[in-house]
Amino acid sequence: MSKKISSASEPLLTIDHLHVKLPKGSERTYAVENVSYSLAPQEILCVVGESGSGKSLTARAIMGLLPEPHVQYEKGQILFQGEDLTKASPNRLRQVRGGEISMIFQEPMTALNPVMRIGDQIDEVIRFHVKKSKRERLQLALSLLEDVQLPDPPRILKAYPHQLSGGQRQRAMIAMALALEPKILIADEPTTALDVTTQAQILVLIKELQAKHNTGVLFITHDFGVVADIADRVAVMQHGKIVEIGSADSVLNHPTHPYTQALTRAVPSLIPRAMKPVKDNPILEVKSIVKTYRSGGGWFGMGAPEKEVHACDHVTVSLNEGETLGIVGESGSGKSTLARCIVRLLDTDSGEIVYRGQDLCKLDRAGMRPLRSRVQMVFQDPYASLNPRATVGRIVTEGPVILGESKSDAEARAREMLKLVGLDDRSYERYPHEFSGGQRQRIGLARALALSPEVLVADEPVSALDVSIQAQVLDLLAEIRERLQLSMVFITHDLRVAAQVCDRIAVMKLGKVVEQGPTAKLFDYAEHPYTQELLNAVPGREWSRAQLEKHSAVV
Amino acid sequence: MSFWSRFSRNRSAVAGLILLGIVILIAAGASLLFPDDPFKLVGKSMSAPGENGFLFGSDTLGRDVAAGMAHGARVSLLIGLLATTVAVTLGVVLGAMAGYFGGWVDDVLMRFTEMFQTIPSFIFAILIVAIMKPSIQSVILAISVVSWPAVARLVRGEFMAMRNREFVQACHIIGMNDWRIMIREILPNCLSPIIVTGSLMVATAILIESGLAFLGLGDPNIISWGFQIGAGRSVLRSAWWVCTFPGLAIMLTVLAINLVGEGLNDAMNPRLRERT
Repeated sequence: MSKKISSASEPLLTIDHLHVKLPKGSERTYAVENVSYSLAPQEILCVVGESGSGKSLTARAIMGLLPEPHVQYEKGQILFQGEDLTKASPNRLRQVRGGEISMIFQEPMTALNPVMRIGDQIDEVIRFHVKKSKRERLQLALSLLEDVQLPDPPRILKAYPHQLSGGQRQRAMIAMALALEPKILIADEPTTALDVTTQAQILVLIKELQAKHNTGVLFITHDFGVVADIADRVAVMQHGKIVEIGSADSVLNHPTHPYTQALTRAVPSLIPRAMKPVKDNPILEVKSIVKTYRSGGGWFGMGAPEKEVHACDHVTVSLNEGETLGIVGESGSGKSTLARCIVRLLDTDSGEIVYRGQDLCKLDRAGMRPLRSRVQMVFQDPYASLNPRATVGRIVTEGPVILGESKSDAEARAREMLKLVGLDDRSYERYPHEFSGGQRQRIGLARALALSPEVLVADEPVSALDVSIQAQVLDLLAEIRERLQLSMVFITHDLRVAAQVCDRIAVMKLGKVVEQGPTAKLFDYAEHPYTQELLNAVPGREWSRAQLEKHSAVV
Repeated sequence: MSFWSRFSRNRSAVAGLILLGIVILIAAGASLLFPDDPFKLVGKSMSAPGENGFLFGSDTLGRDVAAGMAHGARVSLLIGLLATTVAVTLGVVLGAMAGYFGGWVDDVLMRFTEMFQTIPSFIFAILIVAIMKPSIQSVILAISVVSWPAVARLVRGEFMAMRNREFVQACHIIGMNDWRIMIREILPNCLSPIIVTGSLMVATAILIESGLAFLGLGDPNIISWGFQIGAGRSVLRSAWWVCTFPGLAIMLTVLAINLVGEGLNDAMNPRLRERT
């Protein structure tokens, strides 16, 4: 994976003992502390770290875009081809930004101006920096869009951001960033918001363009799989400091710092865990359910034409007692809709959801109430899923109290559940904002478990968490599933997580289940082309395989 | 940071609070400061401020302007608070139902709200008082009726945004009923904007009351700032003080309440907290 760096070239960018200060009263004094690294031409340097490690702020410091006055540069140098950017005038910085160093962001929808056409936005970048006629600029914009392999560039030029898909928007962002042939491209989690198959394409694109234009790329990510696919060198950051830096091979395969070792270990393996012996005894059967969203239409058929989205299109899956069924798919595949239909947050259009012989779809709200406790859910977003104005105790006791348990029984049970999910007893009186994301997810789990459910529906329960926290929560889920004999429906977009959690997997695409089967079988002999595509798009696939071979060699 | 320290960062809000405190003190102590009925003729008419023992002068009939202002403060604040309470309650109930249930409930309630919003509010208030006979009750009712739609719209928006949040979905899944979700789970999370709007509505209510009283549509048995201005408008050129001092009282009170409302907004709205 290493590339020859042209011998004569000086590093493009050298960061030397950079210190960026946090406001008083923060958890630590420095957001970025004593960070030094350099970037050579034609090199991809990945900066990896968990949230709050200071990896993005370092990039922002380079661009002179620190969110002042909260966060301030303190000392150190940022040398761009020998010029110290920390001392550059605002005018000079403006020239550098976009012209010589450009940046792409995580969320292309918010980085693009929603009321301007893509063509105008690209044109703006060119116009601000170089003198060219309108015709030349148009030509340049077209060739840029061709470079990033967007279909039908003339049409894209005239399109507004909302008319493009997520991947297309990110391509347009990359086209803008490369408009002036910058020497450095800073990519701040550019693929995090994208689906895996799109992510794989964008990573290939960045690598190709970087080779073609001799750009140095500073790639910021939290995903070791992505690092393995793209990096020449890797810097690992923790609490604002660089703990390890070196070639991709040495950091990924022979990490020396304990933190790097822990991080690489926390990446879930792609080799499915051993399947639990499960009897063929379905506890929950979803039979051919249909859920269609309609929008538009207007009064008397006037206005926009009616749009139909088939979120669930005759979906049939079943869950055996004690089993974990994975529902895997990309955004828009209908997997979350399916989860919400199962817990009866959404009404289905047709089909049956049979729990222990009883069709839940036929029950009204009152009829559903006694069954509510049997099927519980854990949500994706640890910040939105807890009422900010309620104490943890109230959040966890509410369910049992509604079911008619006495206050004191409910409290005893809640305290027991909090202990079970690994939170200490004092949590009971505290409010959600006092907890971290991982701890909040534990509270959400305790809320669901307090009702002693038989079936737990988990909707992407770890996708908002850092990789090391994710590993802890997954371990906890596995332990609790064993101990309480839970059956689980596990929704995820991450095949690595699915491999470690699920006994069986159903793959969904555009509202349909395209393939289902035991996890190991699905990973080894995927039949449907879409499943194969998903599997091939998992970042860091080669690296995982190499790691595994290394392990088995040792054993 | 505590609520008070966030609030007090905004200096003008603190000034507003002090000013409002003074008005409340005067209103509370009106009977002590001016034990006589403010309608009583107590001296020479049209005395300039400072003459014949009148702090702010006397009006055409020889009533004490200062006494009227002190007693009027009581009426203004009372009407402002009561009318706002009624309007906020009504607005919260209707807005919460519209926002939470959506669908046809929302359609019906919002069309109903729009009916009230299509009529210019002051003219609507005049109409109501004129139909009902001027009294303190009818004035309060009129002000409430023209003020609640704004609250309903605000609360509807908040509830609509909240009802699809995951913590509300979690409440559905544990089998909580709708009323409990609305009152115990969602409402506490939208209290800040309601309090801020409510505080600003007090100021508007005082203005509407003054306007009504100025036009002679206030309760004839109760002195108020608007009534004083109305009574003095014919002698504006010969006895400027009759209109001026009650007018200043209205201005300062409304200003004070608006400043406090702004301060509350800054202190309670987390999105604006980092503005400075």
